Amino acid sequence: MKLSRRARLLVLFAVPIALMSIVRLWSGEDGLTSSDTIGASLRLSVPILLAGLAGLWAERCGVLNIGIEGMMIFGTWFGGWGAWQFGPWLGLAFAVLGGMLGGLIHAIATVRFNVDQIISGVVLNLLAFFGVRYMSDLAFVGQPGGGVSQSPPQTSAIPRFDVPFISGGDLFGWKSPNVLLSLEDSGWFFIGDLAGILYGLTNNLSWGTVIGVAAVPATFWILWRTRLGLRLRSSGESPTAAETLGVNVIRLRYVGLLVSGGLAGYAGGILAIVASSYYRQGQTAGRGYIGLATMIFGNWRPIGVLGGASLFGYTEGVKLVANDAISTLFLFVALAAVLLAVMAVVNRTTTRGIVAVFVSVIAAYAYLAIEDVPQSLTQSLPYLATLIVLATASQRLRPPAMAGVPYRRGESH
Amino acid sequence: MELRNISKGFPGVIANRDISMSVERGTIHAIVGENGAGKSTLMKTLYGLHRPDSGTVAVHGQVVDFRSPSDAIEAGIGMVHQHFMLADNLTVLENIILGAEPAKAGVINAREAGRKIAELAKSLGVEIDVNSPVAELGVGQRQRVEILKVLYRGAKTLILDEPTAVLVPQEVDELFDNLRRLVAAGTTVLFISHKLDEVLAVSNRITVIRQGTTVGTVTPAEVTRRQLAEMMVGSDLPQPAPRTTQVREQVRLEVKNLTVARVGQRDLVRDVSLAVRSGEILGVAGVEGNGQFELCSALLGREHSTGTVAIDGNDVSRASVRERMNAGLAYVPFDRQREGLMLTSSLWENNLLGQEEKFTKFGFVNVGAARAACRTVIKRFGVLTPSEEVPAFALSGGNQQKLVVGRTMSMNPAVLLAAHPTRGIDVGAQAAVWEEVRQARDAGLAVLLVSADLDELLGLSDRVIVMFEGAIVAELLPREATPELLGTYMTGAKVGS
Amino acid sequence: MAKNRNVIDALPRPVVTLLSSLVAILLALGICGLLLLVTGKDPIAAYRTILETGLTGNKLLEMLKRSTPLMLSASAVAIGFKMNLFNIGVEGQYLFAALIAAEFASRISAPPVLHVLLTLMVASAAGAFWASIAAMLKVTRGINEVISTIMLNFISLSVMQWLFDNYMRDDSDGGLRVTTTEIAPSGQVPDIVDGRLNGVWLVALFVVFCYWLIVFRSKFGFRLRSSGLNSSAAQTSGIAANRMIVVAMLLSGAIAGLVAMQSVVGEEYAYGPQATPTGFGFAGIAVALLGRNHPVGIVAAAMLFGFLDSTSAVLQLSGIPNSIVKVIQAVVVLTVVIVNEATARYMNRRTAEQTAAALRADKVGA
Repeated sequence: MKLSRRARLLVLFAVPIALMSIVRLWSGEDGLTSSDTIGASLRLSVPILLAGLAGLWAERCGVLNIGIEGMMIFGTWFGGWGAWQFGPWLGLAFAVLGGMLGGLIHAIATVRFNVDQIISGVVLNLLAFFGVRYMSDLAFVGQPGGGVSQSPPQTSAIPRFDVPFISGGDLFGWKSPNVLLSLEDSGWFFIGDLAGILYGLTNNLSWGTVIGVAAVPATFWILWRTRLGLRLRSSGESPTAAETLGVNVIRLRYVGLLVSGGLAGYAGGILAIVASSYYRQGQTAGRGYIGLATMIFGNWRPIGVLGGASLFGYTEGVKLVANDAISTLFLFVALAAVLLAVMAVVNRTTTRGIVAVFVSVIAAYAYLAIEDVPQSLTQSLPYLATLIVLATASQRLRPPAMAGVPYRRGESH
Repeated sequence: MELRNISKGFPGVIANRDISMSVERGTIHAIVGENGAGKSTLMKTLYGLHRPDSGTVAVHGQVVDFRSPSDAIEAGIGMVHQHFMLADNLTVLENIILGAEPAKAGVINAREAGRKIAELAKSLGVEIDVNSPVAELGVGQRQRVEILKVLYRGAKTLILDEPTAVLVPQEVDELFDNLRRLVAAGTTVLFISHKLDEVLAVSNRITVIRQGTTVGTVTPAEVTRRQLAEMMVGSDLPQPAPRTTQVREQVRLEVKNLTVARVGQRDLVRDVSLAVRSGEILGVAGVEGNGQFELCSALLGREHSTGTVAIDGNDVSRASVRERMNAGLAYVPFDRQREGLMLTSSLWENNLLGQEEKFTKFGFVNVGAARAACRTVIKRFGVLTPSEEVPAFALSGGNQQKLVVGRTMSMNPAVLLAAHPTRGIDVGAQAAVWEEVRQARDAGLAVLLVSADLDELLGLSDRVIVMFEGAIVAELLPREATPELLGTYMTGAKVGS
Repeated sequence: MAKNRNVIDALPRPVVTLLSSLVAILLALGICGLLLLVTGKDPIAAYRTILETGLTGNKLLEMLKRSTPLMLSASAVAIGFKMNLFNIGVEGQYLFAALIAAEFASRISAPPVLHVLLTLMVASAAGAFWASIAAMLKVTRGINEVISTIMLNFISLSVMQWLFDNYMRDDSDGGLRVTTTEIAPSGQVPDIVDGRLNGVWLVALFVVFCYWLIVFRSKFGFRLRSSGLNSSAAQTSGIAANRMIVVAMLLSGAIAGLVAMQSVVGEEYAYGPQATPTGFGFAGIAVALLGRNHPVGIVAAAMLFGFLDSTSAVLQLSGIPNSIVKVIQAVVVLTVVIVNEATARYMNRRTAEQTAAALRADKVGA
């Protein structure tokens, strides 16, 4: 089957939605494509997306960044504190600065002193975890609603909006029609689901989320279209070559790590300011690590990271909004596997076909046998998904050639 | 360009001392010297990768002080490194413009860059697709990218460090054509090499370096190859002595239809069959990267392969590395630092690597015996070191190599895979290693010798096979193999019987 | 400056190592002092309180007791470090092992010593099992163990919660107890000093000794370290990389399985989400780094961390947030890894120079 690139993208996009629609009509469970689920997924995707981009910036300039989690912790604390003190926008700014502080520490350790990059990252995570506890002790203990593990609640939030014309947003005081919502409510095959997804993505949007998503094209444009970007990537691909051409690798790695820290900090800020209205200990819940997995899954490319983050955000969104619908995911997997099996038969790839049939049977059995998945086990869904994705995708990846290798000026050659 | 009394030392060694020379504009000026004579150190000084301890560099009569490569670039000096300085995952265009990007407000103008590169490529007489990733290019094309990179920066002086080491003769000719074109257009070329024929063929003047200092400058017309070689080495050339054959009947290593395949690539080793007998040295010739490394890896059991391998009649095709070693196989690796040594460990621990079974009692390492064994190797192979406690990184490359060869030989193997056993070691030590290999051969060892040094290959081997693109394309006797004939086979220009 | 360097040049390597670690600790204390000062606390008073209360008899016993899980966790991490494997998953491994071992111990009846031994073995096996998942993922699918062990930490928590809620929680008390069933007296380890120091401390010391014996003296240890120093050279010399990864990971997990045993068989006699201490997996990484993966260093570093921890309650009483103790620990590790790196580079240069000098002297002599 030969399809043009555009047609293939269309199929990749439409087929899963069609499958989900079938699942919805079959099971009567509309949680998989409801706008509530998608909206929650979007909110949950953005911190992971930013963590993934933070990893991308760090590794593209040649430094592994296990410390994203720590930088995010700084982001949640400084964001929570800043928003509580000065309002949400300055809170986000403080979150970015807090993350950059983490990036700076990581840069000093790895770039200046050549400490092992993984070790430095792990230590940074420890430092952030305990450091913010000490600061909470000083800043939040004794305040109304605050404590050693929590900030007082913020009083104002980042404004939200609905997109006009399609999702009922206001336009100069005029309330535009809400086309998507009515389409979603219709419940038609495919169209209802598509509308649900689009409505979820376009209603009650926080500006904080929009800025976060905008980091994807911005990252692509800076890294692949500008001088700074080319030099930064060359520092991760071949620092020796870059240095001989007059590129200051050391400085660029500082830049890369500061941006990385800023993005991670912003991710933390989203958690403390947009997704909730206070700082809480453990708010990051390992999203920094999931972000790293997303970066690998996305093959160190911004679009790939976006795809990975959407996937993880979606599993979290379903878990949060439509926990009952989780078992229907088995049905979805079963149907998708059947489809893959059919394609395998067409393409005569036997092993793939057998695997697909096998997966399909297992998933179908799981759907029929399991009434509801225990809450305690669904907690591990994103982490499990990460492992599965890495296990199946890790063969065809192209990481920056020199990420993880310490660089010292003039030492090689 | 003029160099006066340049000296540069590194901890423990003096790499350059009192070097003086002058290079005229619009000429090809060669710098020749043995491995380790200090050529590369000198070039790094010229290119600002480090600063000399004393002495001055002058360009167009002006004394310059390069603190970094960008200073050198600014002065119109560009360098093509021996090991290409290219980022594989970036495109040709990105590699070329890196550090000198045409940009407006920081945004790269890719179109303008592409146009400029196309012009330069035309003047050099080459064709290249600027948008393909460098990872997809062959060696010769990569070198052209390197040269374009330097020209793109407006270099008027080009330094080429061992540019022909990785090229096949036809590519060498093309390179020389390109260089002559450049010189005709007013560029100056500094050409570093230890291949005398090439130097004599292409350069206008030749400066010889020995043991870190300049011996003299001559023109190709004044000297013969022999004279130049003597200037370089300082005495007579070392030649492996002629010998009588010791080959016996017993086949010790037998390989049948060995193939190493990689998904999405052509076979790295293609249907190789060979047999090495007791007392025989089988030489493997070929331009680097034509499957020699993968052949050795497959024989050692590190690379998955199809076909059969037998050592002393025992089929080891499915055996692990350790099982093959126990069956009598030993290996002198291609790259001693990557595959042979633990640089931060002591010499005795390095010597223990691979024979730790022999020095173990009840599961614990017998340190005393391991040290004694290392001292024996140090003595027998003349490793220059204060003691066996010294970490491996503290030794010079030659002494590291002697330790690796010594370790391998002291395992008393039945079959030896030796890859470049004398690479980077001094002349005296080279002779010692050859002598050891010869003695072991006379005692019944079978050797598969991979070497880029044709003199070594022809001098030691009883038979020579040539590998090209993973396959054996010729088998010759040393006396019928001239370097010229070997060269034709190595380039794939001709397939022998 | 030049004179100073000559003095340092003459010192033997272990002394320089020790000195550099001390310098790093002082540096960290300085940085934290500054932090205290900036946040309006008196650093001198804080450090004096730490020293004065920490150096009393009871607090020193507490220090030893607190060092137990740290020594175990650090040894587990260090085995991985020795072959360039980063077992970030000790946290998940030891908690999983604690649950399984506590449940096992509460269900069997056996004579006193045997009961404890069986429990410890089950704990090790459980820890090794959890670590083996990461090992298999690395060997068969090439997944970096850093990512996989981190993910497995989270998965471990949720699997444990599921097991605990549904199968292992003690519901004899009408659901009031949030632990597993209490282990019978035959399975409890007595205190060495009543209420202050438990017998499991000796187990931890023994494990550190075994760590030294295995990693630094055995053939297996030689192969392990070789693989860590240059995996390519080790493989070329016949050391099977994948097998080393699996065995190292299993050993690491087996030791990790013992981390919470002081709590399970020595204090609480049960596992409970609240009762069993968390965070030792990451603290173990810190201790291993501070102790430079050397057994003596690990014991010393564990003592230092135990000492600081033991003073934290008193600190709070004197008006200084006790969270500063953990900050000090984290900063110590940061400065230590940085200073280690600088020292290593200096020592390497020194060794190279001294070797060259010795060779020159040889030549002159001959």
